[in-house]
Amino acid sequence: MADSGEATASGGTPRRDFLNLVTASFAAVGVGAIAWPFINSMQPARDVLALASTDVDLAPIAVGQAVTVMWRGKPIFVRSRTAQEIEAARAVPLNDLKDPQTDQARIQRDPWLVVIGICTHLGCVPLGQKPTDPRGPYGGWFCPCHGSAYDTSGRIRQGPAPLNLAVPPYAFTSDTKIRIG
Amino acid sequence: MLRTSLKALAILGGLLAAAPAAQAAEGAAHIPNQGFSFQGPFGVYDRASAQRGFQVYSQVCSACHAMHLMSYRNLRDLGLTEQQVAAIASQVQVQDGPNDEGQMFERPGRPSDRFRSPFPNPQAARAANNGALPPDLSVIAKAREGGANYIYALLTGYGDPPPDVHIAEGMHYNAYFPGHQIAMARPLNPDQVEFADHTPATVENMARDVATFLQWAAEPELELRHSMGIKIIVFLLVLAGLAYAVKRKIWANAH
Amino acid sequence: MASGLHNSDIPNPVLRWIDQRMPIFTMMQKEYGSFPTPRNFNYFWNFGALAMVNLMIMIATGIFLAMHYTPHSSMAFDSVERIMRDVNFGWLLRYVHANGASMFFIVVYIHIWRGMYYGSYKAPRELLWMLGVVIFLLMMATAFMGYVLPWGQMSFWGATVITNLFSAFPLVGEWIVTLLWGGFSVDNATLNRFFSLHYLLPFVIVGVVFLHIVALHITGSNNPLGIEPKGPQDTLPFHPYYTAKDSFGLVIYFIVFAGLVFFAPNYLGHPDNYIPADPLVTPAHIVPEWYFLPFYAILRAVPDKLGGVLMMFGSILVWFVLPWLDRSPVRSMRFRPIARICFLLWTVSFLVLLWCGGKPAEEPYVTISRFAAAYYFAYFLVILPLLSRIEKPLPLPESISRAVLGGGPLPAGAAAKPMEKA
Repeated sequence: MADSGEATASGGTPRRDFLNLVTASFAAVGVGAIAWPFINSMQPARDVLALASTDVDLAPIAVGQAVTVMWRGKPIFVRSRTAQEIEAARAVPLNDLKDPQTDQARIQRDPWLVVIGICTHLGCVPLGQKPTDPRGPYGGWFCPCHGSAYDTSGRIRQGPAPLNLAVPPYAFTSDTKIRIG
Repeated sequence: MLRTSLKALAILGGLLAAAPAAQAAEGAAHIPNQGFSFQGPFGVYDRASAQRGFQVYSQVCSACHAMHLMSYRNLRDLGLTEQQVAAIASQVQVQDGPNDEGQMFERPGRPSDRFRSPFPNPQAARAANNGALPPDLSVIAKAREGGANYIYALLTGYGDPPPDVHIAEGMHYNAYFPGHQIAMARPLNPDQVEFADHTPATVENMARDVATFLQWAAEPELELRHSMGIKIIVFLLVLAGLAYAVKRKIWANAH
Repeated sequence: MASGLHNSDIPNPVLRWIDQRMPIFTMMQKEYGSFPTPRNFNYFWNFGALAMVNLMIMIATGIFLAMHYTPHSSMAFDSVERIMRDVNFGWLLRYVHANGASMFFIVVYIHIWRGMYYGSYKAPRELLWMLGVVIFLLMMATAFMGYVLPWGQMSFWGATVITNLFSAFPLVGEWIVTLLWGGFSVDNATLNRFFSLHYLLPFVIVGVVFLHIVALHITGSNNPLGIEPKGPQDTLPFHPYYTAKDSFGLVIYFIVFAGLVFFAPNYLGHPDNYIPADPLVTPAHIVPEWYFLPFYAILRAVPDKLGGVLMMFGSILVWFVLPWLDRSPVRSMRFRPIARICFLLWTVSFLVLLWCGGKPAEEPYVTISRFAAAYYFAYFLVILPLLSRIEKPLPLPESISRAVLGGGPLPAGAAAKPMEKA
């Protein structure tokens, strides 16, 4: 409401300028406020946030084996590691790591390693769960998309991924059961 | 100008007024207004009443009526703590699965589970209820003319039929049910439940509480809607004043 | 103009660079800035702009609702309730969308009424008017299909009844109905195609609205006096005069809209639509949404199936030929004392039909509907053509500026109307 109005309107310009400014600011606040419900509606809905946790029975998983379970639509890798694998994970000096983290900080109880099975590069699911899968040069997982290699603690050792495989929130509900989420 | 504006208002008013008047249900008795706390533009839910209403629902109504749109987690909004909700949920067994053997299995409920339905499907519900289908109560307060007032009226409207009214086998007289014959037997009886806050469990109190609970279940957004609405309308009134002033100023020299 | 850059006088260098290559800013300035607009609009002239805003609100909320809605007969009802309960501000989006449909019809009905009262359909604006009728028909189709999507009882039975209208046509009727349904009854296939079309048609409406405005900017707007501007003294630049006036009207419209959405969101709806669709049970009293009631009443007023359907469609199609039924050279009803009364009676007949449409199909409503429907058609087909010949209009003012700004005694019809002394 600025330009051509000035030319045609009468004297009291300062008051109108101020009035216009206030009105325009009010209208702008209103339009801005309208945008929020639209944007917010695209966030996860309440039922999605409340999604059930996942229970995993560890008893049938033999040493050296791994299972994949679903949690919040994502694969979770649960691996029962061999003594050698644990040793290998703990022997690595922290300076060698791209995302330094001790193996102890990533687990709750031996021999169980629980990580979110999504490559931290661009979201592919790395190979290494099945015995026939390639596990990469560090014995953990290998992402076929862009060649990231993870070690037996799920830490990034080689390739473009910046971070270790994430550890989901979980708790042991008994000696042989965990609840993820 | 004034005249044309009035005319426009009259048309608008006519359109708005004609619609619901046009839709008023015929047949049933006039439903008295109970003056619930959630009525009116500033209305909020009486949480204590709604919590008691949930108790009535779970101890009485839920034997036949499902509320399949509700989850136990929703009870948090009624003021229950997370522990209370988890405890309520864990008391029911819900079906889950299939497990790794391909079998469905029962497990204790979690807050994210839906309210357990009393019957697995509508056919089972009919079979158990003499052919009548107990309606799902999730949005019942929105699905009946009169809403919570109707629910209260229905629950307290049982009685002996007038002498000239013949009631069919297996039906019951209700003053407020359209047609006055309802398959549901009188659901509420005095002292049927015991309220923790020592509210006397009269039929009227229980009906009022369960009507409040069902209104909340149907319109959980009501309180936010009311408070947002007040703010937005006040904002718009100020903006209307400003816009009118701007308009006047601009038009000042155009006449 | 034939080659090279457009000669732009936009001061900002970046905007000028664009404008020289694609003169959209020059066009905006011409069509919405300096556009000469009759100086005597009353507030009825706000409703075109309001309808435009309303259309944008419907499209915006609709797109976001579609992100959460599931068009499947077994999931649609629950997905709508999930929007109401679990999606952040989902209840707001849905109530704005549902009540936005009602607001759209209120606004458009007033807009059409304005056009009829002030003779905006007459030459040279016949095509402008007909495009408007096309928009209205598209709106009705869109609103009808949108109402089916929640898959409640009213959705389902509304869809059944309205699609069955087409079965009235001899020979091809049944074929058309099966084609609409994609099956032997209203079912999942019907819901799916209605969702697809409900998403498509608003964009068709946008296209026709664009044509409507193009046509408007060729002929220029009509005005409450119904006489053409004779020079610059009769017009004002659209901006800031009418942008300011439309802005004020827009805020008032938002207040009414907000009142509905926040305090009576289901007032114009029907409780039965919160009962999931059941193909085995028809609700005792089915009615369409309020904005279809006048036409629904005409349908029920006719005791013959095909006749009723034809009358119902005819009641809107007759608007297409309105410019040729009313041959009076005087546009504004202000100067047509008899036609004015007849038109106001027509307005009453429309509202009576609206009221009757919501009542059960029994006496006295059927008889009332018949009289109202008879007058509805008589106004267009008999009264207007007749009045065009016999009515003697009041003398028209010399010019808009003379009527508005004074400078001489005004003719009786325009007297006592200091328009826009806002």
